[in-house]
Amino acid sequence: MPGDGNEKQAPAAGTPADRQRLMRICSQASVAELSTALARLAPLPAIEVVRQPDVGLIMLRGRMGGDGAPFNAGEATMTRAVVRLASGELGFSYLLGRSLERARLAAIVDALGQSSRFRDRLEIVLVAPVMRRVHAQRSDRRAETAATRVQFFTLVRGED
Amino acid sequence: MRSQLPTLQAGFRDAVHDSQAVFRTVMRAMSVPALPVSLSTNLAPPSPLIATAAAILITLADFETTVWLDAPLASSDAVCQFASFHTGARLVRDPCEAHFALASTPQSMPRLATLSQGTPDYPDRSSTLIVQVAGFGATGLAFAGPGIKTDRQFSFSGMPKGFEQQLTDNHAQFPRGVDIVLAASAHIAALPRSIRLASER
Repeated sequence: MPGDGNEKQAPAAGTPADRQRLMRICSQASVAELSTALARLAPLPAIEVVRQPDVGLIMLRGRMGGDGAPFNAGEATMTRAVVRLASGELGFSYLLGRSLERARLAAIVDALGQSSRFRDRLEIVLVAPVMRRVHAQRSDRRAETAATRVQFFTLVRGED
Repeated sequence: MRSQLPTLQAGFRDAVHDSQAVFRTVMRAMSVPALPVSLSTNLAPPSPLIATAAAILITLADFETTVWLDAPLASSDAVCQFASFHTGARLVRDPCEAHFALASTPQSMPRLATLSQGTPDYPDRSSTLIVQVAGFGATGLAFAGPGIKTDRQFSFSGMPKGFEQQLTDNHAQFPRGVDIVLAASAHIAALPRSIRLASER
């Protein structure tokens, strides 16, 4: 979008990089934010659920120090869904957590993000509000932390 | 650019309950061999896969199993995508590696001896063969064995030549052997390895 410095490097709609970027926003968005955004995009094309949202576990793997032998750190709950728009785009989502509705909505966002009819408007109704909220929360937290900051001084008392 | 799977058909609407219902029906068919039981499903799989066979496959196969498809099924990208997406199973080329083998017609079904027969220690490791058939008949071969009180007459359309001999050989190596599930448009019937032709006593 012209006039917005961040958008100049934005990858073309529907490319894997662009879908990943949209999915990162979905991973930070709440159910309310997703459903509000989709409501603002109405009317949406007919949506067929190819894989009903289901909850499962994924094994999280880690490496000690980033380059040691891999080990299983623990399991996390994950929800996935796949939908198809009437125009043929397939949308996939895998999200941490157990919210079935959130996975379904995120899959719809992925599908809409591949459609040139909706991609630009998603930027306005979803990406911008979520980024704004995330940035606001981050700067609030920074401000709270900064307020309790303690400056340590070592005073040379010159006793000897 | 669109996703790589534009033709992918939907799976079960309610994965847990639909697959439980199909599993229950397969159990029932296995417990009354050579008797068609009704199986309804709302799946709409890509041709030449039919709904009942697709429902059995999605219910039984998972990411830990291997699936073999006959040539007409394997040559359809839509069928391969459907099978691997909804089951997570690995598709294999060699029928003897398959936990589940799926044949689109009785003519294209592999000889039972070419499938995995299990081992004496682990007879459960044999293949299960799912065959799509046009229909069943209440006359034809007479079967006997567990689950059949008196001899039961049964046949299915397009029964391949020499099928009786294959069944005899299959039963002869019990407890090893292949289990067969036949899927018609709205019914399924099972020929587990435990049954035999009534003519052989």
